[in-house]
Amino acid sequence: MAWWKSLTRKKIFWPLIALGVLMLFNLFFTPNFFRFEIKEGHLYGNVIDILKNGAPIMLLAVGLTLVIATKGIDISVGSIVAISAGVVAMLIGGDLHGVPKYPIPYAMAAALVVSVMCGMWNGMLVARIGMQPVIATLILLVAGRGIAMVTTNAMIVWLYAKPFALLGQGYLLGLPFSIFIVAGLVLMTVIITRRTALGLFIESVGINPTAARFTGINAKNLIFWVYTFCGFCAGVSGLVVCSTVMSADGNNAGVGYEMDAILAVVLGGTSMNGGKFYLVGSMVGALIVQTLTTTIYAFGVPPEIAQVVKALVVWIVSLLQSKTFRSMFLGMFGKKELSV
Amino acid sequence: MKTKSIFSSRNLPMYVTICLFFLMFGLGAVSFKGFFSLQNFLNLFIDNAYLIIIGVGMTFVIISGGIDLSVGSVLALSTMLASSLLEKSHMDPILVIPIVLLVGISLGLFMGFLIQKFDLPPFIITLAGLYLARGLCYVISLDTIGITNAFWQKAAQSQINIGDSFISPSVVIALVVFFGGIFISRNTKFGRTVFAIGGNEQSALLMGLPVARTKIWLYGFSGFCSSLAGIVFTFYTQSGYALNGKGMEMDAIAAVVIGGTLLTGGVGSMVGTLFGVFIFGTIQLLIAFQGTLNSWWTRIAIGFLVFVFCFLQRVFETRKVAKEAPEPSAKAGAKAAEA
Repeated sequence: MAWWKSLTRKKIFWPLIALGVLMLFNLFFTPNFFRFEIKEGHLYGNVIDILKNGAPIMLLAVGLTLVIATKGIDISVGSIVAISAGVVAMLIGGDLHGVPKYPIPYAMAAALVVSVMCGMWNGMLVARIGMQPVIATLILLVAGRGIAMVTTNAMIVWLYAKPFALLGQGYLLGLPFSIFIVAGLVLMTVIITRRTALGLFIESVGINPTAARFTGINAKNLIFWVYTFCGFCAGVSGLVVCSTVMSADGNNAGVGYEMDAILAVVLGGTSMNGGKFYLVGSMVGALIVQTLTTTIYAFGVPPEIAQVVKALVVWIVSLLQSKTFRSMFLGMFGKKELSV
Repeated sequence: MKTKSIFSSRNLPMYVTICLFFLMFGLGAVSFKGFFSLQNFLNLFIDNAYLIIIGVGMTFVIISGGIDLSVGSVLALSTMLASSLLEKSHMDPILVIPIVLLVGISLGLFMGFLIQKFDLPPFIITLAGLYLARGLCYVISLDTIGITNAFWQKAAQSQINIGDSFISPSVVIALVVFFGGIFISRNTKFGRTVFAIGGNEQSALLMGLPVARTKIWLYGFSGFCSSLAGIVFTFYTQSGYALNGKGMEMDAIAAVVIGGTLLTGGVGSMVGTLFGVFIFGTIQLLIAFQGTLNSWWTRIAIGFLVFVFCFLQRVFETRKVAKEAPEPSAKAGAKAAEA
């Protein structure tokens, strides 16, 4: 049983089990869930859709994982998605013949710059001014929607520039292109945080900021850049969202994404109390969230009502992470140690 | 937490707020014809009655050092519940109002229970509450439900005259909640315990105060305020709609923060919150009178004001703490240091 123990002790184990259970449920109860089709050299099917539709949340979860690891939170990511989508849409312009107003790469770069600035704003409020992360990012959560609406003149901008559709709708090697963006970002982040001491620094700031400072880590700088990176991730996510629907809706783009992304991170094993973080776990978490969403939709439940289920899942997962709850739960079964 | 003089530095942010309100109202009076009238001032009460009510509950929560992000959604849920019970189930208003209030209180109590009992961060629990309540709205109905009930229409249309001007019954409800809030915060054990928890939860516990019970009821009270505000909101709009009160948590938090309540807890006042609501209302009035600006600028302006006031709070705090402790960074850090 030693291998079993070492397996269950791996953080990635439980999220994978949860994903597996959800998939198994779908195998039995959702018809055609695992059917793949090849049309025009592209893979189609529910599972591919989950990967494709989950991409924006996965992108958000990358940045948010690091933020949560520092014992922070960023609830403004959904609004940054809307801002990023708004900026890129306004710069490409709604020309019916698909002629972009500005070259597409420039428009994308501009949107990313704006998103990074949003992240810097959050980072400044949290790290320099010392505001509580919730309040600091709440400002941008609400004001950001206003900014997105003002950017798009409170209208939905439709895009017709074909090349831009690649990000959210395109395919590469038969797989959705957005998956490669996610993979690239995750790989880059994993290398930067795990091949250098950066990841360790982030974790130590999350576990004990004072102790981290005494060991010589510039906690304030670190936190500032983590929020900036989170803004960048939200910007990329905004580009993908905008490209998927080829429109920017300041009012509805990215609404509730912060919830999904936080849920993904927490499901992936990163604790809301900061400290150790698991990027790959967060990706599995995002897939769980997306599979859950797809499953709920498959049962004909309107998207608006799906929020209820997600909210309940957040409460349950929070409970599972609570020490008090665990000891209470264990007390019922008379066990002394828990491997989760 | 009582201070000797009302002009102590602790009340300073509140005075800044009151001055700012008069300044902004004066600015409107100078810039726009017809801005300066008693009715326009009373409109601040009429248009923001629901926000005053939510603000009272939110002030308590923030004084305790917590946060409640679910208020806007609970308001929406209450409007949906009230309108669907009235129009689809044809219930009597005498039954509808208590049911709506009870739902709000129970939801708040449940969140308070999770937060207190399992030591979970308030924002994540109430953020989930936000989505839960919003989702439940859609479970009730995906469309707007108009209210045709006679009592509701009477509540919407009746006016209480003050000279040439008038106020609505909603304003009376808001004022009752407001003065009730002042009374609770100053003259009851519950109110004083809230201040003590916000000041230092550990000390409050050691003093033998009923911390657990108070914290749970705090969120229950906030839920009560939100659902009452929902009822007042339906008097105002005569309908229930699931998107009502979107982003209202920010408006309420903004009003509280602008009113001088410290986000770190322990210090705050109802009067400040009232003026915070006034400032919010005045910004809306100014933008409405100005005419060309997109109403979304209100959101941006409010965000900016919250930033300014939070910044000021930090400056005051850092100055005060600088003498006592070297690490004023996160609230949790400070708390841990105290404990």
